Amino acid sequence: MEQKSNVYTDDKLYKRLLADKDITIDDALENEMVINMGPQHPATHGVLRLVLRLDGETVLSVVPELGYLHRGYEKMAEDMSYIEYIPHTDRLDYTATLCNNVAYVLAVEKLLGIEAPKRAQYIRMMVAELSRIAAHMVAIGTYAMDVGAVTMVMWTFREREKIQEIFDKLAGARFTTSYTRIGGVGADADSDVLKMVKDFLDQFHASLDEMDKLLLGNRIFIERLEGVGVISKDDAVALGLTGPNLRSAGVEYDVRRAKPYLFYNEIDFKIPTYAEGDCLARYFIRGDEVRESVKILYQILDKMPQGDVMANNPKHVFPHKAEIYSKMEELIHDFMIINYGINPPVGDVYFSAENPKGELGFYIVSNGTGHPWKMKIRSPSFCNLQAIPKICKGAMISDVIAIIGSLDPVMGEADK
Amino acid sequence: MGLEAKLNKDGFITTTIDAIIAWARKSSVWPMPMGISCCAIEMISAADPKYDLARFGSEVMRFTPRQCDLMIVAGTVTYKMAQVVRRIYDQMPEPKWVIAMGACTSSGGMYRSYNVVQGIDQFLPVDVYTAGCPPRPENLINAVMTIQQKISKTKARDFQDIPLLDLETAKN
Amino acid sequence: MLFKELVIEKLKNQFSDSIVEVTDFRDDLSVLIKKEKIVEAAMFLKNDTDLQFTMCKDVTAIDWATRKKRFTVVYHIFSLKDNFNLRIKANLDDEPWQIESVTSVWPGANWYERETYDMYGIVFVNHPDLRRMYMPEGFQYHPLRKDFPVLGIPDSLPLPKVIK
Repeated sequence: MEQKSNVYTDDKLYKRLLADKDITIDDALENEMVINMGPQHPATHGVLRLVLRLDGETVLSVVPELGYLHRGYEKMAEDMSYIEYIPHTDRLDYTATLCNNVAYVLAVEKLLGIEAPKRAQYIRMMVAELSRIAAHMVAIGTYAMDVGAVTMVMWTFREREKIQEIFDKLAGARFTTSYTRIGGVGADADSDVLKMVKDFLDQFHASLDEMDKLLLGNRIFIERLEGVGVISKDDAVALGLTGPNLRSAGVEYDVRRAKPYLFYNEIDFKIPTYAEGDCLARYFIRGDEVRESVKILYQILDKMPQGDVMANNPKHVFPHKAEIYSKMEELIHDFMIINYGINPPVGDVYFSAENPKGELGFYIVSNGTGHPWKMKIRSPSFCNLQAIPKICKGAMISDVIAIIGSLDPVMGEADK
Repeated sequence: MGLEAKLNKDGFITTTIDAIIAWARKSSVWPMPMGISCCAIEMISAADPKYDLARFGSEVMRFTPRQCDLMIVAGTVTYKMAQVVRRIYDQMPEPKWVIAMGACTSSGGMYRSYNVVQGIDQFLPVDVYTAGCPPRPENLINAVMTIQQKISKTKARDFQDIPLLDLETAKN
Repeated sequence: MLFKELVIEKLKNQFSDSIVEVTDFRDDLSVLIKKEKIVEAAMFLKNDTDLQFTMCKDVTAIDWATRKKRFTVVYHIFSLKDNFNLRIKANLDDEPWQIESVTSVWPGANWYERETYDMYGIVFVNHPDLRRMYMPEGFQYHPLRKDFPVLGIPDSLPLPKVIK
C-alpha cells in the first residue's frame, strides 16, 4: 500500500498503464473517447439518444439518434378520418396537448374553408395559452432539475396541477384532452371554468416571482448557464429553429404575430426576445412568455364573447348530440360524417401555429375523400434538436445536459 | 399502538422471516421510472406534491436500474425501444416487478402501427397493468399499492433459483 | 406590389421554362418546378435580396401510388422579410427515385431529407449524411409508401426473447 500517498503522480500512472499490455499510453491519454448518452437518461427529456465524441471533457462532436418513440403518426393519419385523428394530436407534444388540438383543427378548417364561431375561437385561444403556461412549467421545472435545482420541479408541477384541474373541468380529462372539434370546441366554457381560470391567474404571479427568486438568486444556476450553448442569429435561422429557441437568439418571429390566427390580432401582447442566444436567455424567455400568456389570458377573459361554440355547417361539423337523438336530419348528417367523413375539397394546405416549443405545422393533402391522402407534421422539437450538434461542439460534457434542457425537446413530437 | 404497545407488554414478537422480509420489501419499493412518452409526465405528477407517491414508500425514483426493484414502463414502447427496455430490465437485481403503465404498454393502445409493440408482455413479465391513456396519478398509485400487496405475499423461497443478474442477456 | 406577386414574377423571370405550374389554394402559394432546377431555384430564393427565403421549414414527399410520376417532393420555405410561406414541389419522374439535396442551401433541411429518405426511400444526391432517421438501420422497407401496410411486415423488426 505504498502507492497510497502518491497514487495520482504521473510516474505511477504510467507504470500501471504500461503493465497492462492492451492499453498504451497513447490510447488512454491521447485518444478521443466515445460516450453513449440515452435513450434512458434522466436529462434527455424522454428517449433521445446522443453519441458524444469527447476529448477529455470537451465535446468534439455529437450525433443525435432519434426514432425510439416513432409511432407512425403520419402513416396512421392516412388510415383514419379527420375527426378520428384529433385524439392523436394530443400525444404529439404531450406537455401542451391543447395547443396541438387547436393547431390541428385550424389546419383542417383551413382545408375545408370554414370558421368556428367567435366564442369557440376565444375558448381555443384561452386553452392554448393555459396549455402554453403548463408546458413552460414542465420545461422550466425539468430544466432546473437537470442543472441541479430539484425544488423547482415540485413548484412548477404544483402550478401545473392547477391548470390541469381546469382542463379536467372543461374537457373532462386532465391530460389528454381531445377538446377541440372541427368547427368548434367540445364543450362550452361555463362560468365556473372562467372563474377557475381567473383564480388561477390571480395567484399565479406570486408563485412565478417566487420561482424566479429561487433560481435567479442562485449563483450556481446563473453561472452554470450564462454564456453556455450560444447559437448565433444566422445559425438559428439557417437551422430552422422556431419558438423560444429562435427568439432567444434575437429573431422576433412568432406565428401569433407573423400570421395571426384565431383572434390574436385583437390581443395586445409583446414578443420577448433576447440577443444572447445562450442557455440563460432560453430560460428567461420562457419565464417572459409565461408572463405574456398571463396578460393574454386576462384580456381573453375580458373580451370573451357570448354565443355558440360549434359552427352551423351540417356537411362538415357535427350537430349537437341532443339534436341527433331528436331530429331526423341531424341524425342523417351525423351518420354521413361518421361513415363517409367530412370530404374536404381536393388540394393541399399548410397551417402552422405557435406552440410552446415552436412552430407546429400540419401539411395536409386531400384527395376529396374522408381520409387525408397525406399528413405531414412539422414538429418544432425535431427541428430544434437539429441544432444540438452545432451548439454542443466545443462545450463541456456537463453543458450538454444544460443545452438539452434549454432546447426543451419533447420526443413525442420529434419522433412522431 | 401497534408494534410499540406489543413490545412494551411482552418484550418480543413472533413472526416468520418471510413475513418480515416481505413487509420490509413492500414498504420500500424503489421504482425505475422508464419514462418514454406521455405517461412519464403523469408519473412525475404522481410524485409531485399533490398526489405524493412518497406516502406509499415508493418515491425514491432512481434512474439507474441497478438500484431498483420496480420498473414502471410509462409510455409507448416501439420495437427500437423494446431492446433498450429489456436491456435495462435485465440489469435490475432480483427480485423485481414491472408495472405496465397505460394502454400503450398494456396492449399497444391507440397505436395500431408498424413500429409499436402491441403489449410489452411480449418480452417482459408484467405484474400489474394500468388502464388509461395516460392513467391518472391515482391510478398509478393504485398500481403501486397492488404491487405492494403482491410483494407482501411473497416468500423467500420464491426467489431462490433466480440468478442475481442474467449476465448473458445483459451483455447482448 | 404584394409579396406573393413579387415571388411569382421573380421566379417566372428567372426560371421561365422550368416552372411547370403555379397554384394558389386557400392562400397558400405553391410552385411546381422541374426537379433538375431545384438547387438552382433554392439558391435564387435564398440569396435574392428582395425575397430572402432564409428558412427551410419542412421537406417531405407525397406518394401518389397510382400515378406514373409516383413521388412529389415538397419543400416549405419561409421568408422572414415578409413572413411569407412558399411551397415548392418537384415531381420525380422515374426510378431511381432521387433528387438533388438542398442541404447546401438550407442546413436545416438536413434532417428532413433524412426523414424523407427513411419514410419514402427517395435518395437525396449530395446529402452529407443520408441515413435513416427513425427506423433502425437494417430495416428494409419505407413505411410511408402506400404499398407498406399500416401494421407493418411481420418479423421485419425483431423483439427481445420472452422471459419465462
